[in-house]
Amino acid sequence: MISAIWLGMILVSIVVAAATGRLDAVNRAVFEGAKAGVSICIGLVGILAFWLGMMRIAERAGILRALARLLAPLVRRLFPDVPRDHPAMGYILSNMTANLLGLGNAATPMGIKAMEELQKLNPDPKTATPAMCTLLALNTASLTVVPTTVIALRAQMGSANPVDIVGTTLVATAIGTATAIVLDRWFRRRGK
Amino acid sequence: MYAWVTALSAWIIPALLAAILAAALVRRVPVYEAFVEGAKDGFGTAVAIIPHVVAMMVAISVFRASGALDLLVALCRPLTDALRVPGEILPLAFLRPLTGSGALSYMVDLFQTHGPDSLIGRMASTIQGSTDTTFYVLAVYFGAVGVTRARYALTVGLLADLAGIAAAIWITNRVFG
Repeated sequence: MISAIWLGMILVSIVVAAATGRLDAVNRAVFEGAKAGVSICIGLVGILAFWLGMMRIAERAGILRALARLLAPLVRRLFPDVPRDHPAMGYILSNMTANLLGLGNAATPMGIKAMEELQKLNPDPKTATPAMCTLLALNTASLTVVPTTVIALRAQMGSANPVDIVGTTLVATAIGTATAIVLDRWFRRRGK
Repeated sequence: MYAWVTALSAWIIPALLAAILAAALVRRVPVYEAFVEGAKDGFGTAVAIIPHVVAMMVAISVFRASGALDLLVALCRPLTDALRVPGEILPLAFLRPLTGSGALSYMVDLFQTHGPDSLIGRMASTIQGSTDTTFYVLAVYFGAVGVTRARYALTVGLLADLAGIAAAIWITNRVFG
């Protein structure tokens, strides 16, 4: 699926560029895209190191296990194939909490740790497990209560009431997340 | 309300850090050692996702520069016009799953042209706040553990984006329209 979309995007782009005489723009875009990819990853090093460090402290202090136990009934339903006391549960919960609070930067390292723990339960390391797909679906739907970046930008651009979109955002994000969960269930049951 | 939200976002990370460190103190965890041990993984993880993120960024960058994105928007125009979706919002809907920074700069562009408190400005804000950059999230999360066969994850992610965007357009029309 990713292969097909990736290939499709590049081939369609080349055809369109050739037809409209924009091949030089494509040449530049290849270099710019590659460079942007590396700078994004290198830019992540600091924040990843910091949060992974804090997460290790939280783990050793037993916070993740406590969190997992507290919210287990809810998360168990979403991730039925993850054992109850597995460390993945704690990371999944930290990831979901960080997303809810709109802490995008803090959510990513926790999501990555959750994926690593889920990978330990994976019989085929190259193929995503249903639990991994569920975690990804929750993250792409981005259940957010406080869209911090958007509010900050609105304030900066002279909005009279920068937070008046919190209500509509909440409704839209709830519908998006509900859709993600339902679709995830549906695909999971189809066993694809 | 605005003051309350900014205060909350200013406090949340320090409060989280304080809570983690306080719990570690109670449990007598050697905090500095634990931190360094965990932080060591940061570099490896960031490097591991480079190939995945580069692949995505190149495809997206080429897709935009070639004019293929504009073409896709133009092709969808009759359908979205029939559904009474403002044409200005359409590029944002396509950019959002592909590139976080691209979508953000397009939103700022809409703010500049129409104002953040216009219907289009509010619609853009709601779309931006209620969906995430699916391709990036997929590249980073699956890239970090080396999963290359994503199965149905991308389909679910993109359909959820579609639902989120449709919901955002519908609710802003209803509330502010």
